[in-house]
Amino acid sequence: MIRLEARPEPSRTFKWASPLIAVTATVAIGFALFPAMGKNPFDAFHAFFVKPLDSLYGVGELLLKASPLMMIATGLAAGYRANVWNIGAEGQLTLGAIAGGGVALALHGVDSPLVLPLMMAAGVAGGVAWAAIPAWLRTRFNANEILTSLMLVYVATLTLSLLVHDAWRDPEGFNFPQSKLFSESAILPNMLEATRLHWGFLLALAVVAAGWVFMQMSYVGYQMRVAGLAPAAAHYAGISAPRTVWLGMLIGGGCAGLAGVGEIAGPIGQLQPSVSPGYGFAAIIVAFVGRLHPVGIVFASLLMSLLYLGGESAQLNLALPSAVTGLFQGTLLFFLLAADVFIHYRLRGAKRVTRAAVAASDPARKMSGV
Amino acid sequence: MARLSLSGITKVYPSVVANDGIDLDVEPGEIHAVLGENGAGKSTLMKVIYGVVKPDAGTIRWEGREVAIASPARARKLGIGMVFQHFSLFETLTVAENIALALDAERARGDLPARIRDVSARYGLPLDPDRHVHTMSVGERQRVEIVRCLLQDPRLLIMDEPTSVLTPQAVAKLFETLRRLSGEGRSILYISHKLDEIRALCDRATVLRAGKVTGTCDPRQESSASLARMMIGGDLPHPEHREAHAGEPRLVVDGLTLPADDPFGTALNRIRLTVHAGEIVGIAGVSGNGQKELMAALSGERTVADAGVVRLMGAAAGRLDAEERRALGLAFVPEERLGRGAVPEMSLAENALLTAHRQGLVGHGFVRMDAVREYARATIAQFNVKAGGADAVARSLSGGNLQKFIVGREIRQMPKVMIAAQPTWGVDVGAAAQIRQALVDLRDAGVAVLVVSEELDELFEICDRLAVIAQGRLSDARPTRDTNAEEIGLLMSGSFSAMGSEP
Repeated sequence: MIRLEARPEPSRTFKWASPLIAVTATVAIGFALFPAMGKNPFDAFHAFFVKPLDSLYGVGELLLKASPLMMIATGLAAGYRANVWNIGAEGQLTLGAIAGGGVALALHGVDSPLVLPLMMAAGVAGGVAWAAIPAWLRTRFNANEILTSLMLVYVATLTLSLLVHDAWRDPEGFNFPQSKLFSESAILPNMLEATRLHWGFLLALAVVAAGWVFMQMSYVGYQMRVAGLAPAAAHYAGISAPRTVWLGMLIGGGCAGLAGVGEIAGPIGQLQPSVSPGYGFAAIIVAFVGRLHPVGIVFASLLMSLLYLGGESAQLNLALPSAVTGLFQGTLLFFLLAADVFIHYRLRGAKRVTRAAVAASDPARKMSGV
Repeated sequence: MARLSLSGITKVYPSVVANDGIDLDVEPGEIHAVLGENGAGKSTLMKVIYGVVKPDAGTIRWEGREVAIASPARARKLGIGMVFQHFSLFETLTVAENIALALDAERARGDLPARIRDVSARYGLPLDPDRHVHTMSVGERQRVEIVRCLLQDPRLLIMDEPTSVLTPQAVAKLFETLRRLSGEGRSILYISHKLDEIRALCDRATVLRAGKVTGTCDPRQESSASLARMMIGGDLPHPEHREAHAGEPRLVVDGLTLPADDPFGTALNRIRLTVHAGEIVGIAGVSGNGQKELMAALSGERTVADAGVVRLMGAAAGRLDAEERRALGLAFVPEERLGRGAVPEMSLAENALLTAHRQGLVGHGFVRMDAVREYARATIAQFNVKAGGADAVARSLSGGNLQKFIVGREIRQMPKVMIAAQPTWGVDVGAAAQIRQALVDLRDAGVAVLVVSEELDELFEICDRLAVIAQGRLSDARPTRDTNAEEIGLLMSGSFSAMGSEP
């Protein structure tokens, strides 16, 4: 008989092995799934995981898509570690794009090195403002931030849609619902020739590093970790619960807003009805697959980015439906949560321990000769 | 023929041998004590008997027959009942509903309320089957648990530390019931670390230490000191207690009234209390009478609207939160160690930072990790905490050692007022003595100390003045030497008129 037994201490090995197990299991599911869809699994995996990276351009795309993911996931992780469940990063990203885009449009034609910093500041402010709504509702009315932040995603995307359909629509855009193309001064400079990779990637790495310093080394970060691990201990120590909620939400919102600016000032270059293929939601998976830890988040964002690219490539090369991307994302999270059980539990066969084995496990007793 | 006979029971956990070749015989009609410190293996042994834990080696004989007790249901079928230290009752259900839930289908049928009344009358355990559990005192809840066991007609009843939540009077009543049960030929296994009780009640005692039987004796023939020697392998240390030199009032509570913050909590009613520099004031009482709420209101975890109701060092502190009260010189040892006094997953160093950050452990908003580790190391050394160093996670420590660390962490901040809630609850005898000594030393150094405890012996040992909390009201504090256990026990049951307090 096999049963689960609680470990005396959480396993450090499984804490890091569990994402690898999840990836392996996801790949295994793929091997079962592709033949069922009438594709050779090796071709499919080649299209999914190798083809996207067989050129410098592909690698650039990988890093390009990983940038917003790691940036948002870092912000979300700060909140998650404090038990603040911001699910609305997609909306905060959109608000960041609206605010940053508004600056870009207002300063259209202005050739100044200050345009980009201003856009970023506006983007952070937009994301923070959008995250402040659920934070206020939670601290003032105890409204569940999971629900409020999620619902605000739809408000945000519809607001953006309204703007590009109406007030901010490009008058010379043949009635397409999109804004004017931003001026050169509002576009993040390219980082690597022959790719679309821009300096937002380094910005994202900087955000990850800053997130690590904040959570691991600052006193406020320590207080947030305490609040997440043991709310009663935080209360006992006089760590303000409302402040923890505010910080957790606003940090996530700010990072998402900045990522929004990275999108419109990067590959998109204008405002469109949709500025993100669900980065705000995928970043939730990134945060958890990355164990809410900066190094983990960097790797997880690369993996998630590869899933995006692989999905596109599989569509183009194998005529697979785009839903395959979502399927892999979901499968990955599913297996991760399942494997996480082994951090706190282990499998045990119900074997009998003999007296000899007991004596052997107790060296002190052997030495005393009893 | 023994009713229950264990031989060579052994249970090994990954890090510890909890039971190591234990032999134990329980005769019919015998009240048999199992005595030992926390961590001696008492609970594991009881779980083995009740079928919760499967032993790795050894045999169990029940009335002469070798049996394997695979589950509590199997244990109950054999005729073994157990009353746990922590009750498992649903507060929103009635007594009869709670009992019906625990009984086998065939026993739950029929007129259950009548049978409950019958059993409770027969054993002197008055109980109304239609009452809701949340309206009942802890003593009454224990009665529910005992009646629930008795309805299954057990021939062996296991009682796990049953008196830790009772007033002295309630303890006397419980003993009467237990004697009546043993008179009917039922055997009782009585788990405790309270030596006086065991000497008063039990026919035989098996003493455990570090998972092994260190002796079997007739406790009525032994002294508390000789039992203690068997239990801890040495003499029981006693704190020195000199006369108090009370100074100026440091903690003053003046008419604190506070509604309960949850439906099953206790409202505080016009509480008045003064603790002076250089004295220890004790608050006795059965748990659930407002201790939790009073502690929260004093520590600042709950604030009160009228700032002047709680004064610390003369400053109105009612509206200050826990952090601000600490800044005034308050230190607080909470009742729960893991999860409140310490973060289980964090290292001792990080846990030192929890309240001691004012000791130069934070600079420019950043944690000074070297200073934090040094603070933890010094605490570990000064208070003899057995731990794998400053980086050991709090969860890995035994209850007593973690409590020593928490007490040490608070004391080393050189507080002006120290509040300790149940400072030695669940702590082994040696560590408890150390913690009491530390509180007495603190008092001698001129700190105002307030101790809330359910252990009357402890309060009488260290306190200069004693008050009693019952149903959210606090009696006047009176000098310890002018009172006695009887009087305190009466107050614990809520009869304040004897004290001349307003009703």
